[in-house]
Amino acid sequence: METQSELQHASTLSLPEISSAKRWWWPDAKTTILIPPGIALIGLFLVPFLIMGAVSFYYRVPDGFYVPDFRLDNYLLFFDPIFLTALARSLILCATISVVCVSLAVPFTYIVSRMRRSAQVPIVILLLCILTLSEVILGFSWTILLSRTAGVSNLLVHLGMMDRAVALYPSAFAIVLAMLHFCFPFAVLTIYPPISRFDKSLPEAAATLGATPIWAFFSVVVPALRPTIISALVLVFVFALGAYLFPQMLGRPEDWTLSVLITDQAIYKSNIPFAAAMSVFLCIICLGLIAGITKLTKAKGTQG
Amino acid sequence: MKSSYLTPLFVGSIVLLLSLPFIIVAGVSFNEKKRLHFPPRGFSLDWFGDVVTKSEWLQPIGTSLVVALLATAISIMIALPVCLMLWRHGIFFAKALFGLGMVPFMLPPVTSALGFLIFWSEVGAYGSFWALILSHGVFLVTIPLIMISLGLETIEKELLDAASSLGASEFDLFRTVVMPLITPFIFGSAAFCFVLSLNEYIIAFMVAGFTVETLPIKIVNSLRYGYSPAMAAVSLLSVLSAAILFAAVARFGDLLKMVGSLDQSD
Repeated sequence: METQSELQHASTLSLPEISSAKRWWWPDAKTTILIPPGIALIGLFLVPFLIMGAVSFYYRVPDGFYVPDFRLDNYLLFFDPIFLTALARSLILCATISVVCVSLAVPFTYIVSRMRRSAQVPIVILLLCILTLSEVILGFSWTILLSRTAGVSNLLVHLGMMDRAVALYPSAFAIVLAMLHFCFPFAVLTIYPPISRFDKSLPEAAATLGATPIWAFFSVVVPALRPTIISALVLVFVFALGAYLFPQMLGRPEDWTLSVLITDQAIYKSNIPFAAAMSVFLCIICLGLIAGITKLTKAKGTQG
Repeated sequence: MKSSYLTPLFVGSIVLLLSLPFIIVAGVSFNEKKRLHFPPRGFSLDWFGDVVTKSEWLQPIGTSLVVALLATAISIMIALPVCLMLWRHGIFFAKALFGLGMVPFMLPPVTSALGFLIFWSEVGAYGSFWALILSHGVFLVTIPLIMISLGLETIEKELLDAASSLGASEFDLFRTVVMPLITPFIFGSAAFCFVLSLNEYIIAFMVAGFTVETLPIKIVNSLRYGYSPAMAAVSLLSVLSAAILFAAVARFGDLLKMVGSLDQSD
């Protein structure tokens, strides 16, 4: 890997400057080195999305294939109650997850970022593990944690708070728990850089003026971090929209979100044009939200 | 002061809640019989033995490891030149590619997965091993782009000026100054990509779910046929290997800086 990039670098640097000066259409050395990554990113990422956009307008032949066409049928299916309820459910679920995660993550990150480095590292490792394990292992862990034979209800029975152990899934509650677990580390790592760089003298000043640490946190730290908090809310919301396995593993079909609906249509109902239309819709929502929030925080940054 | 015991309590209970699912999974994997009980009934390591000896598990583990290794290599080979050219020369094309590389993580993975599914079936490579590896490699590129850029930002301009005033060529500069300084960041991002690819489900499922059996696909498929402590054992092994890998990254580099904390106070 290293040697390869060195070789790439070496070859482009040894290219004599004349070649770029003599032939105007020939890319210069610095651009040449970007051709392989360019092919990969444009050819294998941008192009698939453009094709998906095109397929969303195609005609779906009833036996499961699709043929090129230009029609809005797939988008008109959005008025179907199945889609509308899944959309409403996804938005409410992800908004809830986002608000709860960020409200917990802000004080948590603030405290952790002020701890000794040696104490911060294990916490960051735990967060990274949860974040990178993806939904398969987390979903599986939650099905065990909420099961009848091994779950928390056994603990509650031991404590005399319940009569007998029960399974706590499938339920919307189980989905919410698992998604909080999955999204919380993402929320923390999103706000960790700005919070760790946060000026410590502000709360200290508040403390010398007699504020208790908790009061100083809410009256000084939180208002100063408002742009960070707002963009974290949006990013966690978008991240939560991507959850796909939790609603399937821990919920019933009536708990399915848009992400599940897309896969269901694409793989099991083989209606790829409709799945593509939903996918395009989801992309537009997410990119719109992120573009909006970037613009907002940037405008704030240049003013202040 | 009131908060002196409140803050450790708050952080401690959140850390406990975050680890709770893993504690239960660990407990369940030690059950003697093929039942999921917690606390475990009896103690046996047979289920771990099954995971590391039976081809039923070894095969998907091997597949996942190969996919993750190659996807990680591809991801870094795409990201490194883009980061270098953007940082050193600020080329517009590099800037555009960097922006494009941020997109996978802004979108729900399902949408990328569907894009890949449609693309590979149009190309005629749907379900192939290489389609999966390339999809993962391109999808994960955001991680090395961000982390290598963070690494490059830590290099002081004076250092480069000093080296070039001593007569170092651009290539010498890269080999002797830049590369050693960003190597921890490259390895850090490689660790992230590796673990993410190893555990990635939705893209693997949509691109090659019925032909290439990766470990996450194997786990989800076997959930349909009922639970066994072997699944808890394989999950625990995944958690532990991720934790060990990240701990190694923290040991050989500055993990906190890699996740974006630029605070160097202690």
